[in-house]
Amino acid sequence: MAKFDIVLQAQGITKQFPGVLANDRVDFDLRRGEIHVLLGENGAGKSTLMNVLYGLYKADSGEVTVEGVPLHLNSPRDAIMHGIGMVHQHFMLIPVFTVTENIMLGAETNHRASQSDAPLAKLDRAEVAQKIRDLSHQYRLDVDPDAIVGDLPVGVQQRVEIVKALYRKANILILDEPTAVLTPQEAEELFRIMHDLTREGVSIIFITHKLKEVLAVADRITVMRGGRVVGSAVPKDSDEHKLAAMMVGRDVILTVKKKQAQPKETVLSVNQLNVKDVRGLNAVNGVSFTVRAGEVLGIAGVQGNGQTELAEALTGLRSIESGQFSLLGADLTGRPPRPITEAGLAHIPEDRQRYGLVLSYSVADNMILCDYYQPRFSKGIVIQQKNVDANAEKLIKDFDVRTPSPFTPAGKLSGGNQQKVIVARELSRPVKLLIASQPTRGLDVGSIEYIHKEIILMRDRGVAVLLISAELDEIMSLSDRIAVMYRGAIITTLDRKAATREGLGLLMAGGQETPA
Amino acid sequence: MDWKRYTFIFLIITVLFGAVVMVGISKSPPILTITSMLATTIAVATPLTLGALSGVFCERAGVVNIGIEGMMLTAAFFGWLGAIYMYHVFGFEKWPSIFTGLIAAILAGALMGLLHAVLSVTYKVDQIIGGTVINILAVGLTGFLNRQLFFGKGSAFGGHIPNSPGNLLNIHVPLTEMFAPICGGSTSCLEIVRAINSVLDQRPIAISAIVLVFVSHYVLFNTRWGLRTRAVGEHPKAADTVGINVVKMRYINVVIGGALAGLAGAYFTIESVPSFEPLLTNGRGFISLAAMIFGNWSPIGSWVASLLFGASQALQINMQIFRDAIPPGWGFLQQAYIVGLIPYILTMLILTGIIGRTIAPAADGTPYEK
Repeated sequence: MAKFDIVLQAQGITKQFPGVLANDRVDFDLRRGEIHVLLGENGAGKSTLMNVLYGLYKADSGEVTVEGVPLHLNSPRDAIMHGIGMVHQHFMLIPVFTVTENIMLGAETNHRASQSDAPLAKLDRAEVAQKIRDLSHQYRLDVDPDAIVGDLPVGVQQRVEIVKALYRKANILILDEPTAVLTPQEAEELFRIMHDLTREGVSIIFITHKLKEVLAVADRITVMRGGRVVGSAVPKDSDEHKLAAMMVGRDVILTVKKKQAQPKETVLSVNQLNVKDVRGLNAVNGVSFTVRAGEVLGIAGVQGNGQTELAEALTGLRSIESGQFSLLGADLTGRPPRPITEAGLAHIPEDRQRYGLVLSYSVADNMILCDYYQPRFSKGIVIQQKNVDANAEKLIKDFDVRTPSPFTPAGKLSGGNQQKVIVARELSRPVKLLIASQPTRGLDVGSIEYIHKEIILMRDRGVAVLLISAELDEIMSLSDRIAVMYRGAIITTLDRKAATREGLGLLMAGGQETPA
Repeated sequence: MDWKRYTFIFLIITVLFGAVVMVGISKSPPILTITSMLATTIAVATPLTLGALSGVFCERAGVVNIGIEGMMLTAAFFGWLGAIYMYHVFGFEKWPSIFTGLIAAILAGALMGLLHAVLSVTYKVDQIIGGTVINILAVGLTGFLNRQLFFGKGSAFGGHIPNSPGNLLNIHVPLTEMFAPICGGSTSCLEIVRAINSVLDQRPIAISAIVLVFVSHYVLFNTRWGLRTRAVGEHPKAADTVGINVVKMRYINVVIGGALAGLAGAYFTIESVPSFEPLLTNGRGFISLAAMIFGNWSPIGSWVASLLFGASQALQINMQIFRDAIPPGWGFLQQAYIVGLIPYILTMLILTGIIGRTIAPAADGTPYEK
């Protein structure tokens, strides 16, 4: 077994896309039974490299060998044949199919001794289901073969993906940002599964940009930046700062430096607000709070405790059952979004692709979504294209948006740059209040650093900031005061100095505050 | 959800049948009226069933097909043309000519399917536009050729349309003969057997349509091909990552869909009547699209929905027999075209989604880009 300690080796992989050198002479190897973390920011070329290994992209040059045998990778079929399995960031599962159907798809006759390849061969659902039960027993991966995939929680769907790879006899498993969609508990479960798999001799490539989990699970770490391998490390000689610096290419400030807040007049005051969710159930129950100019109020809470509905109500996107809120003394309860925006609201919505941007519109058009009707941008019904373009060019420069041109559709940008387009649009206006919901979700370290800096900058300019986040670290590092939301109610509001991670964690789970 | 839809279908069919029986009761016994209605329903539902199957194959693979109408029309024309050429120009016997016509129709449909596949899979043209192109092309092509070949200068037929070699005939199922001894002397037993026999005696395309419904259902839901077809229509990227050739799957399914629409076209000119006139499909392709949607993109569901439309068309045909028996207060029913509106009104009702929404394949209508 140990004849080839190295199971997979890639040498000099180069892949050019129009305008981008995604992989530049990348070398990479994987040893048997190890978890090898591939770390890098969005766009560093990690996914491209993995797609080459999996046969989805054809490399322009370079060689891949498995167990010493060179591969000719023309399609995923070739990779699968050599025991390479991949769990994609966006699951490659068909929601309306059962678990069994998803797993057997493309390998319908794998379970048979004679692999008859007739297209009209009857499907043996029962036999495959039995095989799946055996596999899930062997690797402690609990899945129900008869469940419809679309009904399963994401964590379980991920397990289905892993079983799907194992069913194809994969002994090299590529996990592409597997924790991006998981809750912390689900992530813990995944790490347990990964360790079990390595004990069974499976070798794992784990792609991520989350520093904490890297140190927790890796045997070895390779860091990529700008399409190249820029370094490697082992967890025991490394720490978050070193890795972050390697990943971004400069020193990164992981915790925001900020001065003491200088709170002034009350900007937002919310009084006994009640809001219902889509299903008509109470989502926000009698919430009252105020945010003053020049301070950040962080709302901590596990997702789904009414934060989404609260933000939507305050931005005019959801109707209010009872209670009221006012901005600088003006009652705006029940008003539509435009008057609220004109009163000085900036909003960074939690789902940037659905509510923050029109993905098919250009960057320039996305930058005027709030004020396209102002005389600056339109005369009568005619859009003043010259001003729109000038505005876009200025904002792209000021907010460092990396886009090929102002006319590129927003959907083509990376997550971090999409968020920068929103931030540029919202914060370039004369605003009094900023409501930021999950402002850094899914972003890489560099973008997070940038967004955090902007938020603190707004605070210091005298803007009232309401920060809603499920990331405890984010709440802790940005907020001046912290409100904890649980089951639609604010159960307590603390000064930042009085808050501890543990205490907040307990409160978020509905526990009682214990005097520290 | 499904039971609701099927209950609705059977309710409407019962109402339609009941109406004819009530009107005709003074002139003909109910059992005769009902068997006549049933036989007509199955016959006229044939092109709708086949058209709906055409749609099922295309759309399950992720290609929207609103060109069924055009595919049918083209096939109807070329089927008829093929039969006439073989018979008159090449001097073949009647049956080889008709058979050649049938093959020509299926090929013409398959070719239109191939065109649709090229447009929508290879060139990623908006599939609604691709389908519209096919519909417009079919009207123009058949109209033009019909005029040029038969009435144009130097036409082989000298300015008139020759007789077609004829139609496919009923296949007699020897049910009565089989059951006559079992029935013994009982006349009522014999009558029932005769009634069932007269419903089952259908022409070949009508029978093959029903067989194809069940074959398609089996293929789609119980074979490797079907699993992969549906995967390609739901999530082509997922299919690609397990090594399935999305483009190939889509091409073959759209061509199969075209061939099925071709068989539907053959029904008009090879099986139903021995003639062609411009625009003869008369919106049947679009009704089959509605039947497919109402049948939730499944062969059996589409078939049942096609029978519903068939029944409303059969109502119109059977009503004409009893025209003078219609009570004076219902005089408007004597106007055949008012009754003839029913299938179209049903189409509109069904497509509004009153009777429960159906769910299309997730990637239906979206070209696949790697």
